[in-house]
Amino acid sequence: MAEKILMKGNEAIGEAAIVAGCRHYFGYPITPQTELTEYMARRMPQVNGVFLQAESEIAAINMVYGAAGAGARAMTSSSSPGISLKQEGISYIAGAELPCVIVNIQRGGPGLGSIQPAQSDYFQATKGGGHGDYHCIVLAPNSVQELVDVTVESFDLADRYRNPVLILGDGALGQMMEPVEFRASVATVVEKPWAAVGMKNRNQPNIINSLHLKADEQEQHNHKLQARYAAITASETRCEELYTDDAELTLVAYGITSRIARTAVEKARGEGMKVGLFRPISLWPFPSDQLFSTASRTKAFLTIEMSAGQMIEDVKLAIRCSKPVYFYGRYGGMIPSPREIYHEIVKIFDGKGGR
Amino acid sequence: MAEVLFSRPKSLLDIPMHYCPGCHHGIIHRLVAEVLDELNVRERTIGIAPVGCSVLAYEYFNCDMMEAAHGRAPAVATGVKRVLPESVVFTYQGDGDLAAIGCAEIIHAAVRGEKITTIFVNNAIYGMTGGQMAPTSLESQVTTTSPYGRKLSESGMPIRMSEMISTIDGAAYITRVAVNNPANMAKAKSSIKTAFQLQMSGAGFSMVEVLSTCPTNWGMTPLEAVKWLEQNMIPYYPLGVFKTPEGVAKV
Repeated sequence: MAEKILMKGNEAIGEAAIVAGCRHYFGYPITPQTELTEYMARRMPQVNGVFLQAESEIAAINMVYGAAGAGARAMTSSSSPGISLKQEGISYIAGAELPCVIVNIQRGGPGLGSIQPAQSDYFQATKGGGHGDYHCIVLAPNSVQELVDVTVESFDLADRYRNPVLILGDGALGQMMEPVEFRASVATVVEKPWAAVGMKNRNQPNIINSLHLKADEQEQHNHKLQARYAAITASETRCEELYTDDAELTLVAYGITSRIARTAVEKARGEGMKVGLFRPISLWPFPSDQLFSTASRTKAFLTIEMSAGQMIEDVKLAIRCSKPVYFYGRYGGMIPSPREIYHEIVKIFDGKGGR
Repeated sequence: MAEVLFSRPKSLLDIPMHYCPGCHHGIIHRLVAEVLDELNVRERTIGIAPVGCSVLAYEYFNCDMMEAAHGRAPAVATGVKRVLPESVVFTYQGDGDLAAIGCAEIIHAAVRGEKITTIFVNNAIYGMTGGQMAPTSLESQVTTTSPYGRKLSESGMPIRMSEMISTIDGAAYITRVAVNNPANMAKAKSSIKTAFQLQMSGAGFSMVEVLSTCPTNWGMTPLEAVKWLEQNMIPYYPLGVFKTPEGVAKV
């Protein structure tokens, strides 16, 4: 059993990446994720790794493209406006079938926005973000320990599916300190016969590419990607449920918001209201089947987000609009309080909830 | 017994190229391939192709290749070289790719003294998209987006990338060549070879700018295009070595 240490979320992600065998980090400072970049600057030389501060987010993601194409476990991180800049590269990485890990510690937007926590990049993260038909695997932890566990797993998932994995956190998660444990782990070694590492004794060059000039070839490539997304959807949905067995009202929340919602749920339960909590951990693939099965047991849903309402669309799709879905959101960098959420619960039980 | 005096370099695949008649990309590809053969580094080389006319370069070179987003080849090359420091990494970029959208990436690769080699093909126009103005288009040059000729009052002066990059400390070897005649082709090949050798010796960033023709989009015959290059491009983009590390003559 490893000892527990107190760590900031951003730094814990960095250490977890190193545990996972990541030795190439390319980044650019932006609040509220800069501690991760700084942590990698300190730690990478100590583990014979490469830390490089790029001239821009655009350059950083393209350095990841090169490093991943050369067979390395590579990572970059940023916050909302920086992730927008990285979208071009992420689309290319998805198109070229390269495994890598991208961290988005979100802040308020649009534009330069605020530097406080937000969840307003949900659409961008889960619906593509860049151009073309593609998906990143999107994982949304809700504690510093889970940040660690998810980061380690992300590198395996990326390699297994040859697909980018996006860790979607927020400023609160990145900045808060909690005790974490780094379980003894041996980095998985994955053969990458497709990597461009120099031909050595190979007869054919390896080409890393996302260009298919002929429409039928591009369609074939998209068929291949879609089949992969179907396989990921079948195997990699993750969620957590609390009191959903007998809940008349089921809250749906992810990331830091799920912890605030949980406090409200416990208070309401204490007062006899049958309330449950459904927490998606994988935002893409969204745990639609699991949420749909709760719909047969509950009377209504209440989606809580630090946005004007983005995940709510996936919630409605997942339950096939079979039950009312109420919404409560704060945004721009504002964090909902347990009290606010509790009041929303009471309003719904009193028949005064807003949809 | 017959003796083979001239054959295809091993580093170039036997595939028909898509380039227009009179375009210099084919010659420049061949020179790079000959250098990779002569240095015997093909099996540890990774080339990075650009967006633009040479977007399909990865289909022609017989070495591992990556295709980069428009302008980002130096960043991609940086990622590769940092993973595989013993490899030989080159980018092959046109003027739109390197001097416009990718200006930041090439400057900062040079600033870092990134141990890569860039082959910069400058034909003063956007070829792939059909002849639009490039940052390198000359004053008064007519293109589809400068139909009345490039006006300096609107678009500024054509950018001289080799001169600019040669002011950067991390740049080890910056040279401008042309392939308009056999003598210049020999000089171009020699420069390309030096650039790769300096990369391998760890000297820093190396770039060979190659002036090139675009008969199709210039609206000329191949011979007229060579003449136009000699009369208009070379006076504004003088050939020569702009930067060498100390002792480069001995390499």
